[in-house]
Amino acid sequence: MARKKSVYGPIYRGREGQWSWILHRATGVGVILFLFAHVVDTAVVGWGPDAYNRVVAVYHNPFIQFLELVLVGMVIYHAFNGVRIMIIDFWPKASEYHVPIFYATAALFVAAMVPVTWIIGRNILEALF
Amino acid sequence: MAVTREPGDRTDAAPDETVQLLMRIRRYNPELRADPWWDEFTVDVEPTDRILDALHEVKWHHDGTLALRRSCAHGICGSDAMLINGVNRLACKVLVKDVMPKVTVEPIRGLTPLKDLIVDMEPFFAGYRSVLPFLINDEGEPDRERKQSPEERERYDDTTKCILCAACTTSCPIFWGDEEYVGPAAIVNAHRFIFDSRDRADRERLKVLSEKTGVFRCRTTFNCTEACPRGIKVTRAIQDVKRAILFDRY
Repeated sequence: MARKKSVYGPIYRGREGQWSWILHRATGVGVILFLFAHVVDTAVVGWGPDAYNRVVAVYHNPFIQFLELVLVGMVIYHAFNGVRIMIIDFWPKASEYHVPIFYATAALFVAAMVPVTWIIGRNILEALF
Repeated sequence: MAVTREPGDRTDAAPDETVQLLMRIRRYNPELRADPWWDEFTVDVEPTDRILDALHEVKWHHDGTLALRRSCAHGICGSDAMLINGVNRLACKVLVKDVMPKVTVEPIRGLTPLKDLIVDMEPFFAGYRSVLPFLINDEGEPDRERKQSPEERERYDDTTKCILCAACTTSCPIFWGDEEYVGPAAIVNAHRFIFDSRDRADRERLKVLSEKTGVFRCRTTFNCTEACPRGIKVTRAIQDVKRAILFDRY
């Protein structure tokens, strides 16, 4: 069966609000996908400490550690952006300042990611070299 | 000598400056093809012409089958909202010089395309009607006008400016995914009456807007506010209504 072509053209050129929303959705899905893996790896403890340690050892793999860095980034973005959304929901004037609030959130995100990247990044480099 | 002008004739016999504008237009005609396609036209226009003039140039001199809506052509009737270079704008309010040398024109999204730039506006107007966008007051007919202080009038002044062009509603990602969502324009028009001191039906409107298809579908992407050709603070109005429902102040 021929795939039906989209009736739409390229993505709508929305601005900060649209992209923060798309990122919020994407990071939300990313975090919940990790949560499934996390439920599984924690459940392995039911097979005893040896089984658990063997499974959890995967978190020493540098690639998985990189994914952990991405995960922490997603959690931090989702959390900060959630606070931004609440500010916009409850402070009437915030609608007029939503762009500066977005950039303030982005700055906080970057600031929070600096130590995280330092800590996890160092581990990755140590594991690699 | 009397000059007879036909519709579409250029009114400027000797234009100071003519430029060539490349127009990419998303076409659709279910009688010809099942899928939409892109057409390109190069039109001679002046930098101070509007995109609507350029579309007229196409329709009148290049391809008469191009279908589009427009009426007043001066930003008041709200007929010619379309997706211009990826954002919702009124074709009569965008100047050629601001998009040179090329422009992409598509129909507004989230509503079913009927032909070329014309979409079925019915779901949009169904949402509009659902919020009872008219004055409701059961206190009997007064013998003179219902008085209102300047502050009371100011409360909903911003939302009186809506021209129902659908630029806001069809810029909303939530509306693209769900035609049942009443959409920003309906909420703007509900806001106009909910916060009008003379109106008495705010509870009915808030009931409609607190439903699954109402204000809480809004995810504050602010696309609507940026798309509004009248400069209405659309998201702000939606947030006002959300808070009115949450805190039940009305």
